[in-house]
Amino acid sequence: MNGETLLKVSHIDVFHGSFQALWDVSLSVESGEIVAIIGANGSGKSTLMEAISGLMHPARGSIEFEGHAISSLEPFQIVVRGISLMPEGGRIFPDLTVLENLKIGSYNRKARSESAENLQRVYELFPVLQARKTQPARTLSGGEKQMLALGRSLMSDPKLVLLDEMSLGLAPRLVNDLYVALREIRARGITVLFVEQNVRRSLAEADRAYIMETGRIVLSGRVEDLREEEKVKKAYFGT
Amino acid sequence: MRPLAELATPVMMGILLGGLYATIALGLSLVFGVVNEINIAHGDLVILGSYFGYVASTALGIDPILSLIIGAPLFFALGFAIQKYLLNRAFRISMDATLIIAFGISIILENTYQLIWTPLSRGLTTSYSVESFDVGTIHVPLVYLLDLVVAIVVMFCLHQFLRRTYLGTAIRAAAQDWKVAQLMGINTNRVYALTFGIATALASISGVFLGLTFPFTPVSGMSFLIIALGVIVLGGLGSIAGTFVAGIAFGLAQTVGGYFFGVAAQMLVAYTMVLVVLAVIPKGIFGR
Repeated sequence: MNGETLLKVSHIDVFHGSFQALWDVSLSVESGEIVAIIGANGSGKSTLMEAISGLMHPARGSIEFEGHAISSLEPFQIVVRGISLMPEGGRIFPDLTVLENLKIGSYNRKARSESAENLQRVYELFPVLQARKTQPARTLSGGEKQMLALGRSLMSDPKLVLLDEMSLGLAPRLVNDLYVALREIRARGITVLFVEQNVRRSLAEADRAYIMETGRIVLSGRVEDLREEEKVKKAYFGT
Repeated sequence: MRPLAELATPVMMGILLGGLYATIALGLSLVFGVVNEINIAHGDLVILGSYFGYVASTALGIDPILSLIIGAPLFFALGFAIQKYLLNRAFRISMDATLIIAFGISIILENTYQLIWTPLSRGLTTSYSVESFDVGTIHVPLVYLLDLVVAIVVMFCLHQFLRRTYLGTAIRAAAQDWKVAQLMGINTNRVYALTFGIATALASISGVFLGLTFPFTPVSGMSFLIIALGVIVLGGLGSIAGTFVAGIAFGLAQTVGGYFFGVAAQMLVAYTMVLVVLAVIPKGIFGR
């Protein structure tokens, strides 16, 4: 299973109204990999995530998942195929309970039969969610909300999870917890594509990375090679 | 001013009538809370329910309440179709677009009623529609009691549906964040059509009880829409419990106001109450 191309984004242009957010972006993810997308605010990382998950549709170019074109599908059709997005800021449903948030994560028909099993796995990953399952989600702390959002995205039984800035604004200890969970997720055979502003963290956790600037991919490669790139050193490590 | 001792009758009638108002407002509240549309045609759909009961009882000899066994599913299908084929195409453009479409539906419905049933006032008369019973010194028409009982039953069922079923949870999720709901695999357009269908089925139920309680004409829908808007604003938008409490508050303000200031002033009193409450709690009684 490892080594096959799972996701292939080819030359996409994406617009927000008349503003072009992505320019000729191409990227691929092989099954079993952890891939990072690195870039500053406004570089188009979130737009790329939205395009892959179906919230935005590219004006040009194609997106293929397991060899099938998905760029014209709606989000609720894409999640059935095995792509799950944890959106920026988590965006849990504040007025649903923790358990309801998780259960709604497996609303798509394919995931329903696996729902009980996936719920157990999420509880193993984040025991605090089990302890708080009957609470309204809005009563959780910031870190717990991110755990819930990550747990919810795993409830759809995904082959590929897209994580958009999952650690933004969290205390370092909580960030560590989330990245421990990320390794756990990979160990279960789920492929991960994540967006991160913290370059050191990204290069430490991922196998490969793409670096974005103003809507374009400017550099990509294996993380050990990227660390040695002069451009990366200059831009992100200040050496 | 009249003596306070006789106040028991308008208080009782206000509470019971408030049940009817709450049932009428419930569909409007549901659609606003989930789909974020103000369904201007809701009152006319309620009156369509009244005419449905009228046809069932006069032409077919079926009890209007029993006719809802067929009526409610039919109205559900009608509402589903309205949202799917008309409103879903417009509501991502702007809230105005759906408002205008709903207004168009309202005009079409009212004129259709005029053509079919003439502008004459109609009512639903059954064996029990003139029955009443006494509670102490208060004379209570049976139909008014039914209005409150139906309100309680309908609200309880809707609450259970939204809390206990998977689809109900999906509806609440879509109401809170439709984009993320789609990421969960929820087809939000379908959820909206189902919600509008449920609201229209609720309109048929409230329409039959309205017809049992009051005479109605092809244009009665607008005045009940205005009452329902007052009720959902008062109760807090999108809250079932709020709609129920506000319906009763509205009924009470109307009957008690009418008792003190005369029938001509009863709506004035009710709306003054809405304004005063909103001035104090802008989000309504149960608003978040």
